[in-house]
Amino acid sequence: MTQSLVDMVLEEAEKREVKKVTKVTVVIGELTGLESESIKFYFDILSENTVAEGAELTFKIIKAQFKCRQCGTIFERSNFTFNCPVCGGVGVLVNKGKEFYIESIEVE
Amino acid sequence: MEEIVIIRDVLEVNNNVAHENKVIKDEKNILMVNLIGSPGAGKTTFILRAIENLKVPCAVIEGDVTSDIDARKMAERNIPVVQINTGGSCHLNAGSVNKALKALSFDDGIVFIENVGNLICPSAFELGEDFKLAMANVPEGDDKPYKYPALFTKAKAVVLNKIDMLPFFEFNKKFFYDGIRALNPDAPIFEVSARTGEGFGEFAKWLEEEYHKFRQDK
Repeated sequence: MTQSLVDMVLEEAEKREVKKVTKVTVVIGELTGLESESIKFYFDILSENTVAEGAELTFKIIKAQFKCRQCGTIFERSNFTFNCPVCGGVGVLVNKGKEFYIESIEVE
Repeated sequence: MEEIVIIRDVLEVNNNVAHENKVIKDEKNILMVNLIGSPGAGKTTFILRAIENLKVPCAVIEGDVTSDIDARKMAERNIPVVQINTGGSCHLNAGSVNKALKALSFDDGIVFIENVGNLICPSAFELGEDFKLAMANVPEGDDKPYKYPALFTKAKAVVLNKIDMLPFFEFNKKFFYDGIRALNPDAPIFEVSARTGEGFGEFAKWLEEEYHKFRQDK
Protein backbone atom coordinates (compact mmCIF):
# COMPACT_ATOMS: atom_id res chain seq x y z
CA MET A 1 0.00 0.00 0.00
CA THR A 2 2.74 2.40 0.98
CA GLN A 3 4.78 1.38 -2.06
CA SER A 4 1.89 2.56 -4.27
CA LEU A 5 1.88 5.82 -2.33
CA VAL A 6 5.64 6.38 -2.74
CA ASP A 7 5.50 5.46 -6.45
CA MET A 8 2.74 7.98 -7.01
CA VAL A 9 4.54 10.77 -5.16
CA LEU A 10 7.71 10.12 -7.19
CA GLU A 11 5.75 10.05 -10.44
CA GLU A 12 4.11 13.42 -9.66
CA ALA A 13 7.49 14.85 -8.64
CA GLU A 14 9.17 13.64 -11.82
CA LYS A 15 6.41 15.10 -14.01
CA ARG A 16 7.19 18.53 -12.56
CA GLU A 17 10.95 18.01 -12.41
CA VAL A 18 11.13 18.97 -8.73
CA LYS A 19 14.33 18.51 -6.74
CA LYS A 20 12.78 17.68 -3.42
CA VAL A 21 9.42 16.73 -1.95
CA THR A 22 9.13 18.20 1.53
CA LYS A 23 5.58 17.29 2.52
CA VAL A 24 2.87 14.85 1.44
CA THR A 25 -0.74 15.15 2.57
CA VAL A 26 -2.72 11.93 2.50
CA VAL A 27 -6.45 11.50 3.12
CA ILE A 28 -7.48 8.26 4.83
CA GLY A 29 -11.01 7.11 5.54
CA GLU A 30 -11.60 5.38 8.86
CA LEU A 31 -13.14 2.35 7.13
CA THR A 32 -10.01 1.55 5.14
CA GLY A 33 -8.42 0.17 8.32
CA LEU A 34 -5.14 1.84 7.35
CA GLU A 35 -2.83 2.94 10.14
CA SER A 36 -1.12 6.28 9.62
CA GLU A 37 1.75 5.23 11.89
CA SER A 38 2.63 2.17 9.83
CA ILE A 39 2.29 4.08 6.55
CA LYS A 40 4.75 6.62 7.95
CA PHE A 41 7.14 3.88 9.03
CA TYR A 42 7.19 2.24 5.60
CA PHE A 43 7.20 5.56 3.75
CA ASP A 44 10.47 6.55 5.41
CA ILE A 45 12.08 3.26 4.38
CA LEU A 46 10.68 3.13 0.85
CA SER A 47 11.52 6.76 0.04
CA GLU A 48 15.20 6.46 0.98
CA ASN A 49 17.51 7.73 -1.78
CA THR A 50 14.64 9.36 -3.68
CA VAL A 51 13.50 12.98 -3.98
CA ALA A 52 10.89 12.21 -1.33
CA GLU A 53 13.40 11.11 1.30
CA GLY A 54 12.73 12.91 4.57
CA ALA A 55 9.38 14.32 3.42
CA GLU A 56 6.93 15.05 6.18
CA LEU A 57 3.76 12.94 5.94
CA THR A 58 0.55 14.46 7.19
CA PHE A 59 -2.77 12.68 7.36
CA LYS A 60 -6.34 13.85 7.22
CA ILE A 61 -8.54 11.18 8.75
CA ILE A 62 -12.13 11.04 7.55
CA LYS A 63 -14.51 9.47 10.03
CA ALA A 64 -17.19 7.10 8.80
CA GLN A 65 -20.67 8.55 9.16
CA PHE A 66 -23.91 6.79 9.96
CA LYS A 67 -27.47 7.97 9.59
CA CYS A 68 -30.11 6.89 12.06
CA ARG A 69 -33.01 5.04 10.42
CA GLN A 70 -35.42 6.33 13.03
CA CYS A 71 -34.62 9.99 13.67
CA GLY A 72 -32.28 10.77 10.75
CA THR A 73 -29.41 12.03 12.93
CA ILE A 74 -26.01 11.82 11.22
CA PHE A 75 -23.39 10.55 13.66
CA GLU A 76 -19.94 9.04 14.00
CA ARG A 77 -19.68 5.65 15.61
CA SER A 78 -18.31 4.97 19.03
CA ASN A 79 -16.73 1.63 19.89
CA PHE A 80 -18.75 -1.54 19.34
CA THR A 81 -21.98 0.04 18.32
CA PHE A 82 -23.41 1.56 15.18
CA ASN A 83 -26.49 2.80 17.02
CA CYS A 84 -27.70 6.39 17.16
CA PRO A 85 -26.42 8.37 20.18
CA VAL A 86 -29.64 10.43 20.25
CA CYS A 87 -32.46 7.87 20.09
CA GLY A 88 -30.63 4.53 20.09
CA GLY A 89 -32.01 3.62 16.65
CA VAL A 90 -30.07 1.55 14.15
CA GLY A 91 -27.63 3.53 12.02
CA VAL A 92 -26.84 2.88 8.37
CA LEU A 93 -23.54 3.79 6.78
CA VAL A 94 -23.49 7.01 4.76
CA ASN A 95 -20.95 7.02 1.97
CA LYS A 96 -17.95 8.35 3.87
CA GLY A 97 -14.84 6.81 5.37
CA LYS A 98 -13.53 4.78 2.41
CA GLU A 99 -11.11 7.43 1.12
CA PHE A 100 -7.44 6.83 0.44
CA TYR A 101 -5.83 9.44 -1.78
CA ILE A 102 -2.98 11.92 -2.03
CA GLU A 103 -4.35 15.39 -1.57
CA SER A 104 -1.21 17.44 -2.19
CA ILE A 105 2.56 17.55 -2.08
CA GLU A 106 4.90 20.39 -1.16
CA VAL A 107 8.02 20.67 -3.25
CA GLU A 108 11.19 22.70 -3.60
CA MET B 1 8.34 26.02 -1.37
CA GLU B 2 5.30 25.26 -3.48
CA GLU B 3 2.20 23.27 -2.73
CA ILE B 4 0.80 21.17 -5.56
CA VAL B 5 -2.71 19.79 -5.33
CA ILE B 6 -2.78 16.21 -6.62
CA ILE B 7 -5.98 14.34 -5.57
CA ARG B 8 -5.06 10.91 -6.87
CA ASP B 9 -6.32 7.59 -5.60
CA VAL B 10 -3.31 5.75 -4.21
CA LEU B 11 -4.65 2.47 -5.55
CA GLU B 12 -5.15 3.80 -9.09
CA VAL B 13 -2.54 1.50 -10.67
CA ASN B 14 -4.04 -1.57 -9.03
CA ASN B 15 -7.53 -0.49 -10.07
CA ASN B 16 -6.50 -0.18 -13.71
CA VAL B 17 -5.22 -3.77 -13.76
CA ALA B 18 -8.36 -4.89 -11.91
CA HIS B 19 -10.38 -3.41 -14.74
CA GLU B 20 -8.33 -5.39 -17.25
CA ASN B 21 -8.99 -8.56 -15.21
CA LYS B 22 -12.70 -7.87 -15.41
CA VAL B 23 -12.52 -7.72 -19.20
CA ILE B 24 -10.56 -11.00 -19.34
CA LYS B 25 -12.91 -12.91 -17.04
CA ASP B 26 -16.01 -11.54 -18.82
CA GLU B 27 -14.64 -12.84 -22.13
CA LYS B 28 -14.25 -16.26 -20.50
CA ASN B 29 -17.82 -16.10 -19.12
CA ILE B 30 -16.49 -16.36 -15.59
CA LEU B 31 -18.24 -15.10 -12.47
CA MET B 32 -15.36 -14.28 -10.13
CA VAL B 33 -15.85 -14.34 -6.35
CA ASN B 34 -13.22 -12.85 -4.03
CA LEU B 35 -13.43 -14.77 -0.72
CA ILE B 36 -11.97 -12.87 2.23
CA GLY B 37 -11.65 -14.17 5.79
CA SER B 38 -9.08 -14.53 8.55
CA PRO B 39 -6.48 -17.34 8.76
CA GLY B 40 -8.21 -20.51 9.93
CA ALA B 41 -11.70 -19.20 9.11
CA GLY B 42 -12.26 -22.30 6.98
CA LYS B 43 -12.02 -20.72 3.54
CA THR B 44 -10.52 -23.74 1.78
CA THR B 45 -12.98 -26.19 3.33
CA PHE B 46 -15.79 -23.79 2.50
CA ILE B 47 -14.81 -23.62 -1.18
CA LEU B 48 -14.53 -27.42 -1.41
CA ARG B 49 -17.95 -27.84 0.16
CA ALA B 50 -19.51 -25.12 -2.01
CA ILE B 51 -18.17 -26.74 -5.18
CA GLU B 52 -19.66 -30.09 -4.09
CA ASN B 53 -23.05 -28.38 -3.90
CA LEU B 54 -22.89 -26.21 -7.03
CA LYS B 55 -24.28 -27.38 -10.35
CA VAL B 56 -22.09 -24.84 -12.18
CA PRO B 57 -18.46 -25.75 -13.11
CA CYS B 58 -15.94 -24.13 -10.75
CA ALA B 59 -12.24 -23.33 -10.57
CA VAL B 60 -10.07 -21.78 -7.88
CA ILE B 61 -7.30 -19.20 -7.62
CA GLU B 62 -5.45 -19.82 -4.37
CA GLY B 63 -3.65 -16.95 -2.66
CA ASP B 64 -1.16 -17.70 0.08
CA VAL B 65 1.96 -16.05 1.39
CA THR B 66 3.77 -19.31 0.79
CA SER B 67 3.08 -23.06 0.22
CA ASP B 68 0.69 -24.89 -2.11
CA ILE B 69 -1.17 -26.91 0.53
CA ASP B 70 -4.57 -25.46 -0.40
CA ALA B 71 -3.99 -25.78 -4.15
CA ARG B 72 -3.13 -29.46 -3.73
CA LYS B 73 -6.40 -30.06 -1.89
CA MET B 74 -8.23 -28.65 -4.92
CA ALA B 75 -6.13 -30.58 -7.45
CA GLU B 76 -6.74 -33.87 -5.58
CA ARG B 77 -10.43 -33.39 -6.36
CA ASN B 78 -9.73 -32.51 -10.01
CA ILE B 79 -10.74 -28.88 -9.50
CA PRO B 80 -8.86 -26.56 -11.91
CA VAL B 81 -6.59 -24.44 -9.71
CA VAL B 82 -3.79 -21.88 -9.97
CA GLN B 83 -1.68 -21.02 -6.93
CA ILE B 84 -0.42 -17.50 -6.25
CA ASN B 85 2.33 -17.13 -3.65
CA THR B 86 2.58 -13.52 -2.56
CA GLY B 87 6.02 -14.02 -0.99
CA GLY B 88 5.30 -12.05 2.15
CA SER B 89 2.46 -9.79 1.08
CA CYS B 90 -0.67 -10.12 3.20
CA HIS B 91 -3.14 -9.69 0.33
CA LEU B 92 -3.61 -10.43 -3.36
CA ASN B 93 -3.32 -7.59 -5.83
CA ALA B 94 -4.74 -7.22 -9.32
CA GLY B 95 -1.38 -7.91 -10.97
CA SER B 96 -0.98 -11.37 -9.46
CA VAL B 97 -4.58 -12.29 -10.27
CA ASN B 98 -3.99 -11.10 -13.86
CA LYS B 99 -1.23 -13.70 -14.27
CA ALA B 100 -3.31 -16.40 -12.57
CA LEU B 101 -6.32 -15.70 -14.81
CA LYS B 102 -4.16 -16.04 -17.90
CA ALA B 103 -2.68 -19.30 -16.59
CA LEU B 104 -6.05 -20.81 -15.71
CA SER B 105 -7.51 -22.88 -18.54
CA PHE B 106 -11.15 -22.56 -17.59
CA ASP B 107 -14.25 -20.98 -19.14
CA ASP B 108 -17.99 -20.77 -18.45
CA GLY B 109 -18.30 -21.08 -14.71
CA ILE B 110 -17.48 -19.69 -11.30
CA VAL B 111 -13.94 -18.89 -10.14
CA PHE B 112 -13.36 -18.61 -6.41
CA ILE B 113 -10.40 -16.48 -5.45
CA GLU B 114 -9.25 -17.55 -1.99
CA ASN B 115 -7.53 -14.42 -0.75
CA VAL B 116 -4.71 -14.45 1.80
CA GLY B 117 -6.11 -14.95 5.32
CA ASN B 118 -6.56 -11.39 6.59
CA LEU B 119 -9.57 -9.14 7.20
CA ILE B 120 -7.93 -5.79 6.45
CA CYS B 121 -5.71 -5.37 3.39
CA PRO B 122 -7.51 -7.79 1.01
CA SER B 123 -10.62 -5.64 1.22
CA ALA B 124 -8.72 -2.59 -0.12
CA PHE B 125 -7.40 -4.19 -3.33
CA GLU B 126 -9.82 -4.65 -6.21
CA LEU B 127 -8.97 -7.76 -8.22
CA GLY B 128 -11.53 -7.41 -11.01
CA GLU B 129 -13.96 -9.71 -9.20
CA ASP B 130 -17.72 -9.57 -9.62
CA PHE B 131 -18.05 -9.32 -5.88
CA LYS B 132 -16.44 -9.93 -2.50
CA LEU B 133 -17.70 -12.61 -0.16
CA ALA B 134 -16.87 -11.89 3.48
CA MET B 135 -16.35 -14.82 5.82
CA ALA B 136 -16.68 -14.68 9.59
CA ASN B 137 -16.79 -17.71 11.85
CA VAL B 138 -18.24 -18.55 15.26
CA PRO B 139 -15.02 -19.22 17.27
CA GLU B 140 -13.39 -15.94 16.21
CA GLY B 141 -16.25 -13.97 17.75
CA ASP B 142 -19.28 -11.83 17.00
CA ASP B 143 -17.47 -8.48 16.94
CA LYS B 144 -15.83 -8.72 13.51
CA PRO B 145 -18.16 -6.26 11.71
CA TYR B 146 -17.32 -3.64 14.35
CA LYS B 147 -13.57 -4.23 14.19
CA TYR B 148 -13.18 -4.69 10.43
CA PRO B 149 -15.96 -2.59 8.93
CA ALA B 150 -14.34 -2.11 5.50
CA LEU B 151 -14.73 -5.74 4.50
CA PHE B 152 -18.33 -6.03 5.67
CA THR B 153 -19.21 -2.77 3.94
CA LYS B 154 -17.85 -3.86 0.57
CA ALA B 155 -19.01 -7.49 0.53
CA LYS B 156 -22.04 -8.49 -1.52
CA ALA B 157 -22.79 -11.32 0.89
CA VAL B 158 -21.54 -12.61 4.22
CA VAL B 159 -20.88 -16.18 5.27
CA LEU B 160 -20.88 -17.16 8.93
CA ASN B 161 -18.93 -20.42 9.07
CA LYS B 162 -18.56 -23.05 11.84
CA ILE B 163 -22.18 -22.65 12.85
CA ASP B 164 -21.93 -26.14 14.43
CA MET B 165 -19.68 -24.54 17.07
CA LEU B 166 -22.44 -22.24 18.40
CA PRO B 167 -23.14 -24.36 21.52
CA PHE B 168 -19.50 -24.04 22.58
CA PHE B 169 -18.90 -20.30 22.18
CA GLU B 170 -20.55 -17.18 23.49
CA PHE B 171 -21.49 -15.83 20.10
CA ASN B 172 -24.22 -13.20 20.15
CA LYS B 173 -25.93 -13.53 16.78
CA LYS B 174 -28.02 -10.40 17.19
CA PHE B 175 -24.90 -8.29 17.87
CA PHE B 176 -23.23 -9.80 14.80
CA TYR B 177 -26.26 -9.26 12.54
CA ASP B 178 -26.80 -5.69 13.82
CA GLY B 179 -23.21 -4.79 12.93
CA ILE B 180 -23.57 -6.08 9.39
CA ARG B 181 -26.98 -4.49 8.89
CA ALA B 182 -25.61 -1.04 9.83
CA LEU B 183 -22.82 -1.32 7.28
CA ASN B 184 -24.54 -3.27 4.57
CA PRO B 185 -28.32 -3.44 4.96
CA ASP B 186 -29.08 -5.67 1.95
CA ALA B 187 -26.30 -8.27 2.07
CA PRO B 188 -27.56 -11.82 2.49
CA ILE B 189 -25.99 -13.65 5.42
CA PHE B 190 -25.47 -17.41 5.10
CA GLU B 191 -24.99 -19.52 8.20
CA VAL B 192 -23.01 -22.61 7.27
CA SER B 193 -20.75 -25.31 8.57
CA ALA B 194 -18.16 -26.31 6.01
CA ARG B 195 -17.37 -29.32 8.23
CA THR B 196 -20.90 -30.77 8.36
CA GLY B 197 -22.27 -29.26 5.14
CA GLU B 198 -25.11 -27.48 6.93
CA GLY B 199 -26.46 -24.42 5.10
CA PHE B 200 -24.82 -25.08 1.75
CA GLY B 201 -28.04 -25.82 -0.12
CA GLU B 202 -29.19 -22.26 0.37
CA PHE B 203 -25.79 -20.76 -0.38
CA ALA B 204 -25.37 -22.79 -3.58
CA LYS B 205 -28.84 -21.80 -4.75
CA TRP B 206 -28.04 -18.12 -4.23
CA LEU B 207 -24.67 -18.33 -6.00
CA GLU B 208 -26.15 -20.24 -8.94
CA GLU B 209 -28.75 -17.50 -9.30
CA GLU B 210 -25.99 -14.88 -9.28
CA TYR B 211 -24.16 -16.84 -11.97
CA HIS B 212 -27.23 -17.12 -14.20
CA LYS B 213 -27.97 -13.41 -13.73
CA PHE B 214 -24.39 -12.64 -14.74
CA ARG B 215 -24.70 -14.75 -17.90
CA GLN B 216 -28.04 -13.19 -18.82
CA ASP B 217 -26.84 -9.63 -18.28
CA LYS B 218 -23.92 -10.06 -20.65
